[in-house]
Amino acid sequence: VRALNRFLTRVRNFAAVRGNDQRLKEEIDSHVASQTEENIRAGMAPEEARRQAHLKFGAAEAIRENYHAEAGLPLIENLLLDFRYALRVLGKAPTFTVVATLTLMLGIGANVVVFGVLNAVLLHPLEVSDPASLYQLRHQQWTIGRLLTNSYPAFEDLRRRNTTFSGMAAFEAYSHAAILWRNTVMSAAGDEVTGNYFDLLGVQPEVGRFFHAGDEHGPGSAPYLVLSDDLWRKAFAADRNVVGKTVDFNKHPFTIVGVAPGQFHGTERFAWPDYWIPIVNQEQADGSDSLHDRAAVAVTVIGRLKPGVAPGQAIENLNAISAELAREYPETDDGQPLRLIHPGLIGDEGDVIRGFLWSVTVLALLVLAAACANLASLFAARAADRSRELALRVALGSSRRRLMRQLLTEAVVVSLLGGSAGLAAAGLLLRLLNRWHPLVESHLVISMDTRVYLVSLVLILGSALLFGLVPAQQAWQSSPLQMMKSGPLERVSLRRFALRDLLLGTQIAICTLLVTASLVAVRGMQRMQHIPLGFEPHGALLADIDLSEEKDIAGGFIEKVKATIEAAQTIPGVTAVGTVSRHPLNGGMHGIPIFRPGTSEFTLQNSVLAPYVFPMSPGYLGAAGTRLLRGRDVSWHDTASTPYVAVVNQTFARQMWGEIPAVGQRFVLWGKLTEVVGVVEDGKYHDLEEPAQPVAYLPVSQSDDDEAVFVVKSQRTPDEMTAALERTLSNITPNVSITVQSWPDVMSSELFPSQVAAVALGVMGLLAAMLAVTGIFGMAAYSVSRRMKELGIRLALGARKTQVMTAAVGRPIVLLCGGSLVGLLGAILLSRLLGRIVYQANPGDPVVVGGAVFIMALLGIAASAVPARRAIAVDPAKLMREE
Amino acid sequence: MKQKKDVQQGTLALMVLKTIDVLGPLHGYGIARRIEQISRDSFSVNQGTLYPVLLKLEQEGAIASAWGPSENNRRARFYRLTRAGHKLLEVEKRNWEQTAAIIARFFEVTPADLA
Repeated sequence: VRALNRFLTRVRNFAAVRGNDQRLKEEIDSHVASQTEENIRAGMAPEEARRQAHLKFGAAEAIRENYHAEAGLPLIENLLLDFRYALRVLGKAPTFTVVATLTLMLGIGANVVVFGVLNAVLLHPLEVSDPASLYQLRHQQWTIGRLLTNSYPAFEDLRRRNTTFSGMAAFEAYSHAAILWRNTVMSAAGDEVTGNYFDLLGVQPEVGRFFHAGDEHGPGSAPYLVLSDDLWRKAFAADRNVVGKTVDFNKHPFTIVGVAPGQFHGTERFAWPDYWIPIVNQEQADGSDSLHDRAAVAVTVIGRLKPGVAPGQAIENLNAISAELAREYPETDDGQPLRLIHPGLIGDEGDVIRGFLWSVTVLALLVLAAACANLASLFAARAADRSRELALRVALGSSRRRLMRQLLTEAVVVSLLGGSAGLAAAGLLLRLLNRWHPLVESHLVISMDTRVYLVSLVLILGSALLFGLVPAQQAWQSSPLQMMKSGPLERVSLRRFALRDLLLGTQIAICTLLVTASLVAVRGMQRMQHIPLGFEPHGALLADIDLSEEKDIAGGFIEKVKATIEAAQTIPGVTAVGTVSRHPLNGGMHGIPIFRPGTSEFTLQNSVLAPYVFPMSPGYLGAAGTRLLRGRDVSWHDTASTPYVAVVNQTFARQMWGEIPAVGQRFVLWGKLTEVVGVVEDGKYHDLEEPAQPVAYLPVSQSDDDEAVFVVKSQRTPDEMTAALERTLSNITPNVSITVQSWPDVMSSELFPSQVAAVALGVMGLLAAMLAVTGIFGMAAYSVSRRMKELGIRLALGARKTQVMTAAVGRPIVLLCGGSLVGLLGAILLSRLLGRIVYQANPGDPVVVGGAVFIMALLGIAASAVPARRAIAVDPAKLMREE
Repeated sequence: MKQKKDVQQGTLALMVLKTIDVLGPLHGYGIARRIEQISRDSFSVNQGTLYPVLLKLEQEGAIASAWGPSENNRRARFYRLTRAGHKLLEVEKRNWEQTAAIIARFFEVTPADLA
């Protein structure tokens, strides 16, 4: 306790250094005065009395030092002293300080931004209890984007028969609804979930209650609605009394039972459902249900493992059940092996996202490493310049440890300066990022939380150690005698140059790697822009028109679509209009089994193709800009009473019939013999990375599907178009809600990841290039300045200018070549990493390699030009006179 | 080096405590003078070394201090023993006596005693 008390007093004293100092001074004065008086009384002359008193008291300064050592915290006081000294030293070299600070600001800033995103996307746990034991079922095959994996009956079988999960729930996250509340219709999107969903996830309602497994008693038995906090606040004014009230949910009465907490948004990180309803009421919500359909891939399955069960065991268990089901239901269940992943990042998309983020993190760390190499050589050069000062201090009795600490403190000060600047810049950038449209839409908030600050601090101190240890180690090894005798240019410094060369080489290698990476990204973007899309979004609008009123009337939907298209065509400026169930890059009905004509058993094993199927209206192909290669478009004359027809794409035609012309061929779809009447070009349907997909377009007039997006080709803006469409439609059906978006805008969210990748890599490349320039420039300038005298003598002795130049900047250029070679090799080896980030990345690409070499050469020339000019401009006479 | 200094400091602290214990509240100069007198000037350290020791004792809570007027009406800082100081003095005194006794015994030892 005594030691603690004393420590606390010391801390207090440390905070009040001044007061203590004053007190000691007064005590000394009083003491010396008393002694002096006594001496005088003893018969001394006043002058002598005072002198003797001082002598007797002892060295006041040493006592003060001792006193301070007792009073405060010497370690921290020394640190402060070092700190103040470092600030003074750095203040004397403002250019150096600014360059070093900027370099670090870029390095640290880039890392903070990247880590901020990584933290927000990957490291934040889901808002459910014990997310670690929560798994999502996936098929063995790796797929991008698709969340639905099992049929509802198969899910029920899996849930009942498994022995490894403590609970298993299913959901369908594609529910849309028009909710009528107090005469206002709002359109909302949410999840249809099994009754045990909330209990499985372990969340508690904010208001009211959640529904439970016990609420389900077969189809249509649980018309309950759980609102998201967001929808509750927006549409229900956060009124707690809405609980228990009934709303019209797609024209069916649903009772609001509760509100989910604000943080909870299911298990998908980027999805924020507006509501949750029991999946047993799917028919009321969607018009039809798939609760008994083993052929429909209708739900996403999540489950919580029993404690102590390894995922491997669970997979074995599930696969055994899956195989059983395939035996029991050979027509529908194919017994595909399963695997388990952690939910959150759109199924397997998580692998891509994780790969991307970790790769960018590695690249950002490389930028920081390059910055540290740069700073290390700068600091080493400075330490060499200050070697006399350092040697003098060692000679005068300063301990080497103290000296090293001093140099390290300087590094830490620079690092803190640069790091805090970087943090501030990163914070600003992240705030901008948070306001960025795609992020706002995904509700992703990238915040600077404790973890981000902690990582920044580690990075700052880590880099200070990295670039501060080089000069500190030099100071440790230097012999004062040698330094004083010869100055910094002799034998010792030869080795030091080698170290600095190594640093510069490393830096250039890293920079080349990054420049190559950014070029790869740019090339990837270029390729991405030139992928044949199979449609032309430019000048097209996507209109979502609420035709739900008509869905209940037989044939009403088709009539309304037809009328709407005709009306839209009359709007001035509109050149083409059509509908499709899902617009491209938005998925659609996938994996619908196709059979050859004459097939008797319609089992999955007998199907020949599993294409996308899109019901469309006549004119859609024209509006979307999809080229019809052969045959005809569908027409309004293709009805339920005429032969079933389809337009297929090239891949469909080739996979079915090879070289034989497809028009006139037949296949069986949904049990109907369908004739191919046209062939259109291939395109992208779900995402840009997908391989060629077979597709069949069916006339909307022969389909039961009532999904329709209107594609309107026109030169007008979405706002104008919305108004015009509303005016026109109000004549046919009043009060229809219409949302119009420009197709290129919608597209941009699909291109978003690759754009982000390109921007991220581009920024890294730019940073790396800047670091390379400063590194080479610093090195060349330094070596020229050190060798001015030598160069002067050479010139005086008649050396040609080219020879002097070679001597002056030869070494940086050799380093540049060596470093870039290593960097290029590294980039080629890292091609796998880059492949994860950029579409069709291939760093072996001659354009990329050539570009990287060219850029590095340009940078080298630019950076060496200034020192080289200085070398040539040396006036020998003047130089010789100087020393 | 370090150990010697520690022992000295400890000794000085003990002297300070005893001096204040006997004479009551005293300022730095007074303490220094008393120690000199009692040790009959054979103890010749700089008077200034006293102050770090006083500070240490004060921080440990053994003594407390306050400003007051000295005999010649000068502002001086007076140090007095606290309760903890009394206890500390007792303990230190006992320790010291024990150590001294042990050392004394060692000096009295003759070869015959060890045989």
